[in-house]
Amino acid sequence: MAVDIRDPKTFQGPDAPSDDDLATCVHCGLCLNACPTFRVTGLETESPRGRIYLMTQWQRGELPYSEDLARHIDLCLGCRTCEAVCPSGVPYGRIIEHGRAELERIRRPNPKSMVVKQALRQLLGHPRRLRLAGGVTRLAQRLRLTGIVGPGRQLPSLAKAWRPPPGNVAPAIGERRYRVAFLNGCVMPIFYPHAHDASVRLLQLAGCEVWFPPGQRCCGALHAHNGDLEGARELRGHNAAAFGLESFDYLVVNSAGCGSHLKDFYANLGARVRDLSEFLLEAGLPPPEQPVNVRVTYQDACHLAHAQRIRKQPRELLQALPGIELVEMENPDICCGSAGIYNAVQPEMSQRILAEKLDDLLSRNPQVVVTGNPGCQMQIEAGLRERGRGDVRVQHLAELLVAAYPKVS
Amino acid sequence: MALPAAVLHDLERIVGKGQVIADPLDLRIFERDASITGALPDAIVLPATHDEAQQVVKLAARHGLPVVPRGAGTGLSGGAVTLHGGIALQLSRMRRVIKIDPEEKTALVQPGVVNSDLQHAASHHGLFYAPDPSSQKACTIGGNVAENSGGPHCLYYGVTTNHVLGVRAIFADGSSAWLGGDSLHQPGYDLLGVLVGSEGTLAVITEVKLRLVSIPEHIVTLMAAFPTIETASHAVSDVIGHGIVPAALEMMDQVTIGAVEAHYKAGYPTEAGAVLLVEMDGLRESCTELTGTVRSLLEQNEATGLREAADAAERELLWAGRKGAIGALGRIRPNYYLHDGVVPRSRLPGVLRSVSEIGEHYQLPVANVFHAGDGNLHPNILFDLRDKGVLEQVEEAGEEMLRAVVEAGGTLSGEHGIGIEKNSFMPWIYSPDDLAAMRQVKEVFDSAGLLNPGKIFPDPDREPRLLARAGLCAEARWW
Repeated sequence: MAVDIRDPKTFQGPDAPSDDDLATCVHCGLCLNACPTFRVTGLETESPRGRIYLMTQWQRGELPYSEDLARHIDLCLGCRTCEAVCPSGVPYGRIIEHGRAELERIRRPNPKSMVVKQALRQLLGHPRRLRLAGGVTRLAQRLRLTGIVGPGRQLPSLAKAWRPPPGNVAPAIGERRYRVAFLNGCVMPIFYPHAHDASVRLLQLAGCEVWFPPGQRCCGALHAHNGDLEGARELRGHNAAAFGLESFDYLVVNSAGCGSHLKDFYANLGARVRDLSEFLLEAGLPPPEQPVNVRVTYQDACHLAHAQRIRKQPRELLQALPGIELVEMENPDICCGSAGIYNAVQPEMSQRILAEKLDDLLSRNPQVVVTGNPGCQMQIEAGLRERGRGDVRVQHLAELLVAAYPKVS
Repeated sequence: MALPAAVLHDLERIVGKGQVIADPLDLRIFERDASITGALPDAIVLPATHDEAQQVVKLAARHGLPVVPRGAGTGLSGGAVTLHGGIALQLSRMRRVIKIDPEEKTALVQPGVVNSDLQHAASHHGLFYAPDPSSQKACTIGGNVAENSGGPHCLYYGVTTNHVLGVRAIFADGSSAWLGGDSLHQPGYDLLGVLVGSEGTLAVITEVKLRLVSIPEHIVTLMAAFPTIETASHAVSDVIGHGIVPAALEMMDQVTIGAVEAHYKAGYPTEAGAVLLVEMDGLRESCTELTGTVRSLLEQNEATGLREAADAAERELLWAGRKGAIGALGRIRPNYYLHDGVVPRSRLPGVLRSVSEIGEHYQLPVANVFHAGDGNLHPNILFDLRDKGVLEQVEEAGEEMLRAVVEAGGTLSGEHGIGIEKNSFMPWIYSPDDLAAMRQVKEVFDSAGLLNPGKIFPDPDREPRLLARAGLCAEARWW
């Protein structure tokens, strides 16, 4: 029976992928070898071209919704490597977010998806609740209780949570050249407070007065990536108001996933958003004061390399450090399998992808692995611990850069 | 047609659980390659070794099931389409570069190795694998051998068949043999030569021994803009006419330049009527001298904005644009129908004029991107499947273009293969006797007709037109 494809029968939700977005795929297949899940399975069902083909047929009424169909969409990391290599300009990130939103609308709620949705909504969006959870976890870690449950072992060892300075402003060191706003983020202050400290200090050194808008909340990236566009929009509303209170030149973000989401999803803020590495290279740091004698390898966060196309900047910043030795992996820009909460909801595939990453990484024998996203950091740290290679440190780019500028007491 | 549970069970016993796919939803995804038609397979089977592949072929022979080898599904003539159902033998798990011998300059690889992954592995030894199809970042060596693929650098270095030293083949009855050996020349019948380019109709290949080449000391990549395709074509003729065979000589027309520039930002001048990419390689001195001659020949043909890639990164960018061109055309229309006829170089301007007139007549945008040096055209007819009735127009236009090619003394395909897109046109270039002789070769290798059936030869039972085959794949059902 002929189906009028301009009047889709099944994609009826307000957030379903648009037929025009889906039609940008010409089925050439250039994305296949870039896709981590295709690389480990060899299966086109787990490839971008395959997923788009399924969604297109679903959208055009050729395929009914089924759990099987959902499984292939669920298995996507959302790393957007395919998007960066696609000559046809398929907006894959948008397609998969919207595909997931449609899945969430249609499918019967299951305990796992309910837990995920509620965790994202009730926890991530609320800094105080998160800090409390972080405090409890920290206590549990001290009492050595977290090793008992699987997910507990994924977590880094927690230090005291980061807080913005009193008055919510950090002054420029030396001449003030910019006024930048800073995204506090949701998990960063709890999991990686030192990365935040380092980022802020680097911004100050680059001549920035740093403003931490009060009332800001989680950016909503994880909500959007997991199909909760409604939750993401709500957070966008809060943040648009918080960041609108005062003026600033740029909004600097030190987490790849958040930066990418802010650029794509926040119409009024997006153009002023800069990743930390992007901004620092442009603004310029003072000359390094001491050498940083380590052998490092750089793991491209997907949402930096592929979604924001930022690859050169972090490497150039690293190479400007005296004493540093940067060794490249065979595939530095392939996902580590963290992918937001993917490692929690798709542990098996995540571990397969992580194993390849660790092989590649360890073959370079680095002392430090540098990355620009908390998810990657957590995933690689946990993987190294599991392999008994906790001696290889994983650090945020800012932590390594700031080591060149010793604090004068 | 669903395979009996017992057969699926036996297949699973060979390749392992999870490596046989027979779920109707999943099979949908494997119905197509990068061409425009498709057909559902009955099962996808993913062997991990030669032995597993051999057992699968044996089992298929016992049950009379068609077997169609499949790599990355980037083919442009329907070579991996399971026209008569059966088993799609998906070789993507066999993706190991087994050995690179830097002294002998050879590589032993599994068929699922991606072309650019081999390039990467070879580069550690100062070597490269010369055939570089534009889809090299995804396409596999197995597919390259099956289609005898070309690529920009094949002008000077030769196509796939000039680089295959040997293959480990599984024949239709499940028997297996190594063909070829360590050198390019073997005494006796050249069975290897018969296999390369046989589009998966004679054997399944599970290992390939390839010739590698040293990365040249010096490489110069030139980009030149021309006011029209004609002037660019004359420049091509002049370069070749001077006895110069560059490493590569590629052309893009204005439609292509615009689409490509939008993604790659390679710096192609979007106002130009055509752009040529010319690459010279070899020893530094001879390269420099040659470049001087080529530059002046291009300039005599109204070339402007001559640009020489300053470093490897710029060269890579210029090539990335050319190699991603076909995918980039998706920015203009969501579907393409691509031919790859070859014409004598001197006839290029005339045939290109015909191609453009045919496009205008059918009011269909046509983008040209091609291997100008060897007269291998790639006219892309761009369309949107969602426009009702457009496919008849597309097919007619495509057929007319191919006719123009053949009338100019050319042939149907340079490197994409015949598959199911051009098999009905084979009688244009071959006599019934020619075709009968080829069929006899097929019978010797595969008397039961189980390996990739329905390809290459015209099928009298089928209407030639793709449209008449509607129902082959899901997209066909939307027309």
